[in-house]
Amino acid sequence: MSSAKTLRGTWLALFGLLLSLRAPAAEAHLVTTGLGPLYDGISHFLVSFEDLLPVIAMALLAGLSGPRAGRRALFVLPAAWLAGGLAGFLTGAAAAGAWVAAFSALVLGLLVAADRRLPLAVVTSLAGALGLLHGWLNGAGIAAANREGLALLGIGGAVFVVVALLAAVAAAVQAQAARIAVRVAGSWIAAVGLLLVGWQFRG
Amino acid sequence: MMVKMPRDPRTFLFAGVSALAAMPALAHVQEGQAAGFLTGLAHPVSGLDHVLAMIAVGLWGAQLGAPALWLLPVTFPLVMAFGGFLGLLGIPLPGVEAGIALSALALGLAVATSWRPPLAVAALLVAAFAVFHGHAHGTELPEGQSGLTYSIGFVVATGLLHLAGIGIGVIHRWPAGRTALRGLGAGVAAGGVYFLWRALA
Repeated sequence: MSSAKTLRGTWLALFGLLLSLRAPAAEAHLVTTGLGPLYDGISHFLVSFEDLLPVIAMALLAGLSGPRAGRRALFVLPAAWLAGGLAGFLTGAAAAGAWVAAFSALVLGLLVAADRRLPLAVVTSLAGALGLLHGWLNGAGIAAANREGLALLGIGGAVFVVVALLAAVAAAVQAQAARIAVRVAGSWIAAVGLLLVGWQFRG
Repeated sequence: MMVKMPRDPRTFLFAGVSALAAMPALAHVQEGQAAGFLTGLAHPVSGLDHVLAMIAVGLWGAQLGAPALWLLPVTFPLVMAFGGFLGLLGIPLPGVEAGIALSALALGLAVATSWRPPLAVAALLVAAFAVFHGHAHGTELPEGQSGLTYSIGFVVATGLLHLAGIGIGVIHRWPAGRTALRGLGAGVAAGGVYFLWRALA
């Protein structure tokens, strides 16, 4: 091999090295459905257990606290999710997402398992805080992955549907066995949340 | 088409360093999710000692009736998760295998003898054994799989085993069923003796 070719190969490899050092970590946050950002957002939410589990717990908790609390969560949670998502998309940086998911699942799951009827203001605050935090993380993740912000609308729509269905079921159940089933579901979600905290400590 | 390979070792060296320096792709959703869930789902079912103890929790709950019927399946996953939490933190728990076997033996005996302790005692007994089961699950995640979906899998599998026990325990409503239920408890206890002997041998 001639020295000119060797030198060219060396420069090429060096250039590749510099490019790879400069490249940011690819954090593919969204599912790609091929149907556009709205559907990407919907499918992302439905397969992201770190978002889905706390929303299920919040919907059950709101339903257990009565139809009025269920209706309040139905609108507050998606609205806060969209507001937080927009803020995260425009300005935020995603950090500590797994911790947020772990603690939301743990706290909300424990409240469902305890089957305490919470005041309306508490349910509203919990739904607002959950929506803002998780929405922020979603928005920041979408921005970091250079994806379209319209996905947030898909996520918000999916949150609305899940809350509507589950809060209605939890509010409607009168039979003792059905209420127990809801409490058991809460204990499962809390258990997963506690394990997630463990996973975060383990790193 | 023939590809001409470079022969200069420096080219390979640079290529290797480039590959090592590349940032990893952190796939948020897909990485190890399904495998983690299936591994978690299979984990409690893959050990007969786990299965016997989980079903015995359901059988005992059905035998004791409300409120133990729901208190035990609500308590168990939470305390089991605490055991898993300890395992994930690397806090050792001595005699995990013996503890699991002992849980099958004790819960089987409780069903076989129709033992009806105060509710708090029953809950504490089940909770104490749950720590051993959770610790075993928490320390056995295979590399490269999602911890989240693994956790969901084993919590769901454990809960379904309790439900299976409660479902079988419905036979408690009939006189012959009560005898059969006690027989099942004796079978679980015998399995517990076998696994305890194996754990201590």
